[in-house]
Amino acid sequence: MSGEHVLSQQFEIMGGDFGNAGKASTSIKEILKEIGIEPSIIIRASIALYEAEMNIVMYAQRGKVFLNITPEKLQFKIEDRGPGIGNIDLAMKEGFSTATDKMREMGFGAGMGLPNIKKNADHFEIISIPEKGTTLDITFHLNKKGRQ
Amino acid sequence: MTLKEIKELLQAEVIVGEDKLDIEITFAGGSDLMSDVLAFGKPGILLLTGLSNSQSVRTANIIDAKAIIYVRGKKPDAEGIELAREKGIPLLSTKLMMYATCGLLFSHGIPGVSDLSYIKQR
Repeated sequence: MSGEHVLSQQFEIMGGDFGNAGKASTSIKEILKEIGIEPSIIIRASIALYEAEMNIVMYAQRGKVFLNITPEKLQFKIEDRGPGIGNIDLAMKEGFSTATDKMREMGFGAGMGLPNIKKNADHFEIISIPEKGTTLDITFHLNKKGRQ
Repeated sequence: MTLKEIKELLQAEVIVGEDKLDIEITFAGGSDLMSDVLAFGKPGILLLTGLSNSQSVRTANIIDAKAIIYVRGKKPDAEGIELAREKGIPLLSTKLMMYATCGLLFSHGIPGVSDLSYIKQR
């Protein structure tokens, strides 16, 4: 059931732009604070989003984050144009990484990103088409009833 | 232990947050990999790292770290410093290596972040 919209916003992320990597997540964290989302959800959402943003910067050409907040849920839909992920099961394994030295110099590429997104989210879906791109749906329930 | 006591213990230099040295630190974690900090860090952590680019400060902000101590004499870049000022995250730098920094803090009663990562309902 879709509740009334509290907020919908869209953020662009450029692939390879390491200088600005993480800025969208940092801004969205501020928005979540201003709206008054529960702090434990803000942390989980920020971590998941930051991981997803870094994945776009590291691997894709460009991407978009669609932030959607209703009274029931906080949802990030993250779409990128990029190489896609050939084997999602493998990419979901902790420690599996195709990162380059440059990514590791930035402090990323340990193969923890996707597993960490899944761990922090209440609901996580990934669809990837090789040579086209990847779409993530990361959702957090805002009312206690909806949480496990 | 306060950040000021930690500063003295590690003979650290304050880069940002001279006015915030009275904050209390109860646990710490050290890594140069922000991927691992995001996976294993917890809110309130004192982050020890040798990663000096602005991603260290962004990561600290995302996980609600209390402060960052750069080891091996590293110093954050200008963007990191600016972000830390904006977000109110103290930044310190010590010449000690990671191992010695962790050892000193641990032996003075600062435990490490537990192996349990910060996940829902734990």
